[in-house]
Amino acid sequence: MVKYIGQRLIYIIIALFIIITATFFLMRLAPGNPFASERTVPPAIQESLNEKYGLDDPWYVQYGEYLVNTVQGDFGTSMKYRYRETNDMIAEGFPISMTLGLEAMFIAVGMGVLIGTIAALFHNKWPDYLMSLIAVIGISVPSFVMASILQYYLALKAGWFPIAGWEGFIYSILPAVALASTPMAFIAKLTRSSMLEETNSEYVKMAKAKGISKWVVVFKHALRNALLPVVTYLAPLTAGIITGSFVIEEIFAIPGMGKYFVTSITNRDYTVIMGTTVFYSIILLLAVLLVDILYSFIDPRIKLRGGKSGGK
Amino acid sequence: MNEPVLQMKDLHVDFSTYAGTVNAVRGVSFDVYKGETLAIVGESGSGKSVTNQAIMKLLPQPPAIYSSGEILFDGKNLLDLSEKQMEKVRGKDISMIFQDPMTSLNPTMKIGKQITEVMLKHQKISKNDAKKRALELMKMVGIPMPERRLNQYPHEFSGGMRQRVVIAIALAADPKLLIADEPTTALDVTIQAQILDVMKEIQKSSQTSIIFITHDLGVVANVADRVAVMYAGEIVEVGTVEDIFYNPQHPYTWGLLGSMPDLNEDRDQRLRTIEGSPPDLTDPPKGDAFAPRNPYAMKIDYEQNPPMFKVNDQHFAKTWRLHPDAPETEIPDIIKNRYLQYTGGDN
Ligand SMILES: Nc1ncnc2c1ncn2[C@@H]1O[C@H](COP(=O)(O)OP(=O)(O)OP(=O)(O)O)[C@@H](O)[C@H]1O
Ligand SMILES: [Mg+2]
Repeated sequence: MVKYIGQRLIYIIIALFIIITATFFLMRLAPGNPFASERTVPPAIQESLNEKYGLDDPWYVQYGEYLVNTVQGDFGTSMKYRYRETNDMIAEGFPISMTLGLEAMFIAVGMGVLIGTIAALFHNKWPDYLMSLIAVIGISVPSFVMASILQYYLALKAGWFPIAGWEGFIYSILPAVALASTPMAFIAKLTRSSMLEETNSEYVKMAKAKGISKWVVVFKHALRNALLPVVTYLAPLTAGIITGSFVIEEIFAIPGMGKYFVTSITNRDYTVIMGTTVFYSIILLLAVLLVDILYSFIDPRIKLRGGKSGGK
Repeated sequence: MNEPVLQMKDLHVDFSTYAGTVNAVRGVSFDVYKGETLAIVGESGSGKSVTNQAIMKLLPQPPAIYSSGEILFDGKNLLDLSEKQMEKVRGKDISMIFQDPMTSLNPTMKIGKQITEVMLKHQKISKNDAKKRALELMKMVGIPMPERRLNQYPHEFSGGMRQRVVIAIALAADPKLLIADEPTTALDVTIQAQILDVMKEIQKSSQTSIIFITHDLGVVANVADRVAVMYAGEIVEVGTVEDIFYNPQHPYTWGLLGSMPDLNEDRDQRLRTIEGSPPDLTDPPKGDAFAPRNPYAMKIDYEQNPPMFKVNDQHFAKTWRLHPDAPETEIPDIIKNRYLQYTGGDN
């Protein structure tokens, strides 16, 4: 297990290196630069700026410097906002984004599994149809539309929730729900179909033949097996929540990391783009690792071993 | 013989499907006596599993409908019991061994827990005692190193070992009746023999009654006391093993016996099969369901479903050829000597 995790960490570092390199060169290829935005800057100033940020150096010097800094955990200073360190932006924005993201994941997984299980247990009865309807709505309505609807009806009209901002738990509810709606619907569908499959399996029939009652069979036998595909989905879910929160944070004026990331791109703020990209990559890669470890706890057939992957 | 443990009386089970109602079980009656093994044989689709899952009421309703009949067990008609009452019967009074041990155990639950679960459900027993009993059971069914095995998961067991676990689970609460639905079909031949030995042992020591469902008449000769032959949702012949192998009366039983591989003829063993296929049970024929495949069929076979004719006190067959007015037909010779081969005698 320890060996396995060590090995995976090495892979993560390799993956990060590739990501860093790719972002670095893709950005060089993109037209424009941070100081070429609205007004034309006099050539002299342009030059001195380029020099200050090292944009005149040959690419390998820039690349080398960047690598060294990144390894040291320093993502550099923003090129757009003076005196703003990328690290500070992450330190400020990330806790907020993480709170929102975790809340959304919690809703998505909790509600999704609950809805999916109920739908499966009442297969082809009205709760199943109701749940399927909810799922279809959740999947087909994009999160930003959902956000606007919630904001308009529950905040603006009904006044139950604050419209926007980030000043306490109550502010997080609507954005978290909006962010969770699509993945929740997806998890509900996933749980429903895998639960249906499990409840028709031989071991469930056998558990019933042992005299175990219907609900105990569902929770003690079927659920754990039915959750395996859901656990697999957790890594893409993390990615979805992260990208989803760019938009949601914008709509609800939440000062999270998403805002910095999006504006940094429109501003071609190289250092911030690179810094946030690398940071997000780390989060995602760790999430994938975490999911694999979690999976091995749920499914005894999967053994985490160094070298070849064991089990079936 | 002694008193019956289970009496099935004229059971009818239907399935409502999009294509219409399937009359899967059409008036099945039999008794199972204490300590005996009743084998149920018949082609695929003849209704063996449905009949037996009906005893446990494990068929999902819908699509299954228990249209009529009685299943008497312990003086109660199981078909009248509520789901809650049935839970107390399942696993405790009647338990079941499934066909495929690769799928009948929960892949994410430890073996020990899967065994003790039954006892904890049905008996007033502490977790610790249940565990001790599980170890005993595992020893009894021949699982080596039970202490270590207890904490393992199904994927760490071979097919044969898993079926032993399933048997241990089935025996855990000392059932009066054990239903084994093709318990060895999914296993290879040497393992089959071992599992059959385990089952015979158990029966000797515990006096449990067993219903043994199988395709394999070789297995029947080996384990059964009595045999019921099913065809198209009906029992067409029932009798002791000797009756069925020495003196079979129904042409379908002849066909089954004739399709057993001949142990003495190892060159070019073309299995003789019964020509044709079973009837569509959405629209069962009005006469003898086997008539179209029966080389000895008479006119009346197509017109009226025959009743059970008595051959001797325990031997009955549902064929018009036993009617006093029917012309004589001889039992084919090759059928006669099969039994001897399979029970180890020479012919
Ligand atoms: N859920 C169901 N819906 C519709 N028909 C069914 C259903 N289950 C069983 N049947 C029908 O009932 C009949 C009897 O099936 P059953 O499984 O009892 O056969 P079997 O004798 O056990 O065969 P096998 O040897 O293949 O196990 C078949 O014709 C089958 O098509
Ligand atoms: Mg069957």
